Amino acid sequence: MDLRFTEEEIAFRKEVRDFIARELPAATRERMIAGKSPTKEQVVEWQRKLNAKGWAAPEWPKEAGGPGWTLAQRYIFREELQQAPAPSPLGFNINMCGPVIIEFGTEAQKKRFLPRMLNLDDWWCQGFSEPGAGSDLAGLKTRAVREGDHYVVNGQKTWTTLAQHADWIFLLVRTDPNAKKQEGISFLLVDMKTPGITVRPIITIEGGHEVNEVFFDDVKVPVENLVGEENKGWDCAKFLLGNERFGQARVGASRERIRRLKVIAQESMDGGRPLMEDPDFRRKVTEIEVELKALEMTVMRVIATETKRKDKKPDPATSVLKIKGTEIQQMCSELLMKAAGPYAWVDGDPEGEGDGNEVDVAPDWALGLAGIYFNWRKQSIYGGSNEIQRNIMAKAFLGL
Amino acid sequence: MDFDLSEEQRLLQDSVAKLLADKYGFEQRKAYMKTKEGWSTEVWSQMAELGLLGLPFAEDEGGFGGGAVETLLVAEQLGRAIALEPWLTTVVIGGSFLRNGASAELRGALVPKIAAGELKLAFAQVERQSRYDLFDVLTSAKKDGSGYVLNGRKGYVVHGDSAEKLIVTARTAGGQRDLKGIGVFLVDANAPGVQRRGYRTVDGQRAAEVELSDVRAEAVLGNPENGLPLVDQVVDEAIAALAGEAVGAMQVAHDMTVDYMKTRQQFGRPIGSFQALQHRAADMLVALEQARSMSLFAAMAVAERDPAERRKSMAAVKVQVGRSARFVGQQSIQLHGGIAMTMEYACGHYFKRLTVNDAMFGDADHYVRYLSDTGGLVQAA
Repeated sequence: MDLRFTEEEIAFRKEVRDFIARELPAATRERMIAGKSPTKEQVVEWQRKLNAKGWAAPEWPKEAGGPGWTLAQRYIFREELQQAPAPSPLGFNINMCGPVIIEFGTEAQKKRFLPRMLNLDDWWCQGFSEPGAGSDLAGLKTRAVREGDHYVVNGQKTWTTLAQHADWIFLLVRTDPNAKKQEGISFLLVDMKTPGITVRPIITIEGGHEVNEVFFDDVKVPVENLVGEENKGWDCAKFLLGNERFGQARVGASRERIRRLKVIAQESMDGGRPLMEDPDFRRKVTEIEVELKALEMTVMRVIATETKRKDKKPDPATSVLKIKGTEIQQMCSELLMKAAGPYAWVDGDPEGEGDGNEVDVAPDWALGLAGIYFNWRKQSIYGGSNEIQRNIMAKAFLGL
Repeated sequence: MDFDLSEEQRLLQDSVAKLLADKYGFEQRKAYMKTKEGWSTEVWSQMAELGLLGLPFAEDEGGFGGGAVETLLVAEQLGRAIALEPWLTTVVIGGSFLRNGASAELRGALVPKIAAGELKLAFAQVERQSRYDLFDVLTSAKKDGSGYVLNGRKGYVVHGDSAEKLIVTARTAGGQRDLKGIGVFLVDANAPGVQRRGYRTVDGQRAAEVELSDVRAEAVLGNPENGLPLVDQVVDEAIAALAGEAVGAMQVAHDMTVDYMKTRQQFGRPIGSFQALQHRAADMLVALEQARSMSLFAAMAVAERDPAERRKSMAAVKVQVGRSARFVGQQSIQLHGGIAMTMEYACGHYFKRLTVNDAMFGDADHYVRYLSDTGGLVQAA
C-alpha cells in the first residue's frame, strides 16, 4: 500500500498547472472565480487550446483522439482545471455522446463526429429527460417512427442544458411502443438545424438560462444517425450514465470554492471584525474541509480499484462520490452566500457580460453568490438524484 | 497511489482475523469481561505469538518492524471484535513513547518483554481539569538527585489497573497550561506512593484512577523540559490506530444492521424493503466509507515530518471518524429497534465502543475547534 502520488504523477500535475497558467485567458478565469459560467466563446476557445495540446478528451482511448492517460492522470488533470478554475472539456461532447459513439458507433459515425467533438466544431446537448420521465428515465415517450431511410421524431425533451448553443442533440426515443419500457428505446443523433425543432428557454430560480425545453414536430432523422441497434438504446444510456465514475465528486471545484470563501470571509465584516475571525463561522468551514479531504481519499480509492478492474461495470462507490460531492458543493455555495451578508441579495445578471455591478451597489466579491447558491440546488437533483443514488446503493451494495 | 496490501500485510490481517474469529465471539467477550483483568490473558499470549505485541518495534530490537499501515490493519480487526486487551495502550501508545522517547538501552530492556506479552503499559495523562488538552498538566515532577519525584492525580488511565508500568505526564516547570515544562516519565505501577483504583468503563474496558505521592520515576522519556512534542506525536499515532479501530467497529455495526433489515419482518415484509430505512442504511455506508478513507489518510499523514501539519491532519481524521462513528452507531441502534437496546445483543456494545472511541484524546467537536483555530486544511487564495 502506497497512498502517495508517484513522482511522474506529481510532475504531470505541474505540467498541467503550468499549461493552464500559461494558456487560460484571464477573462475566462476571472469570470469563473466570480462564479459565472464561462460564455460559449470562452468554452470553445479553451477547448480548442486543449485540443491543440491533445488534451481535449482525457478519458478517450488514444485511437479515438484521447491522450492515453491513466485514471490518476485524468483525475489530476480535471482537478487542476477545477482548481484554476478553467472550463472543463465540454461534457456533452467528451463525457457523454463521444464515449457512446466510441463504444457503439459505426466507423463512419466515428470519423464524422469524433474529430468535430474534440475541437468543439459541434456543440452537443443531451435529449434524455422528458416532462414525464425524470428519475424514471425509461418512461420516456418521445416517438421515432421509421419511414424508409429516416425516422420521424415527435415529442418533447426538457432540462436540455445549453441547447441554445447546440449544433447537435443526442436523443433517447421510443421506437417500439409495445415492448417493455427499457426495451423499445433507441439512441439517435439529430442535427439541431433540422426543421421541426423548437428550443424554448427555461429560466431557473437565480435568473440564468442554462436549460431548455426542446420540441420535436415531425423531425426527419436519417437512419444512419442511429447509434447501435434499434431498440437497444437503453444499453447506450446505461453506458453513458455509468461512465461518469468520479467526475461528480468535483473535489478540485470545491477546494477552489473554499479558498474563495476564505478570501471573502476576510473581506466581509461581522461584529466589527472579519467574519473569518468568528469561531462559529470558521468551524462550519472546517467541517466542510474535513468532509472534502475524506472525499478526496474516497476518490483515490475508487481510482485505485477501477484501475485494476477489467470489467466496465460502474463501481457502486460512484454513488458515494455523487452524494458527498454534491452535498459539499452545496454547503460551499451556502457559506459563500452567507459570507456576503446583506450584499448577497443584489440580484445580478447571471447572463450578463459585465460583473453586474455597473451601478456600484455592492462590493464586487459579493455579487452573484446568492445566485450560485440557488443554482447549485440542482446538483443533488441532476445526474440521478441523490435519492436515486441511495436506491442504487441499497440495491447494489447492501442487497436490500 | 496503490491501496493494495502486500503479501505480508495480507497475512498479518488474515492471522489477526482468524485469531479473533476463534476467540472473540460475543459470548466469549462477555466471559473475558468478567475475569479479574477484564480481558483475556489467553488471547494476549496468542497476540504475542502472532507478533502483534512487537508490531511497531524494529526487528533488531525484538519487534516485527511494522509501520502505520500494519498498525491500521491490526487496529481495524481489533475494532471488528471490540477487543478488550491492552493493545492500544501497550503497543501503540507505549510503543510510540519507547520508539520516539526512550534510550536504546531502555528499549533493549523493555521491548522484548512487551513483545513476549510480559509487560503492559498504560498512559497516565488525563487530569480532572485537563479535559482534552494534552498540555494542561498539574501533576508535578521535582528533580531529586539524578531522578524525578512525581506528585499528582491522573484519571481515566486506560488499562491502568493491569499495567506493570505507567507512562506519566508531569510538569517540571511552568504553570498549569504552559506548553513548555512538561516531562514524560516511566513509573513502576507498584512503586511506593502509587495508588490505583481500577474500574470498568462504559465500553467494557478497564481503567484506573491513579494517585502519585512522592513516586520516584524509573526513567525519563524524551526531554523532561519540553516533552509536549513527544506527547503530540504519540497521541497522533494513537489517533491513527483509533481511526482503524472505529472503522472496524462501524463496519460490523453496519453489516449487523443490514442483515437484520433483511430478516426482520413487519407489516408482512422485511423492514429492509422500506425506502426510508434503505436510505438511512445508504447514508450509514457513506459515513463509513468517508471514515475508512480518513483512516487510510491517517496512516499516511501520521508520518508527516512537520508536526503542525501532522497535528492538523490528525485533527481532521478525528473529526471525520468521530462524526461517522456517531452517525453509524446511533443509526445502527435506531434501525434495529428495541432489540439493539438490550445488553444481550451485540449492536449496543459496538455503539458504546464507538462513542468512547470518538472521545479518546478529544472528540470531533474538540478537533473541529482545534483545526478551525489553526487555519483549516485549505489555504485562502
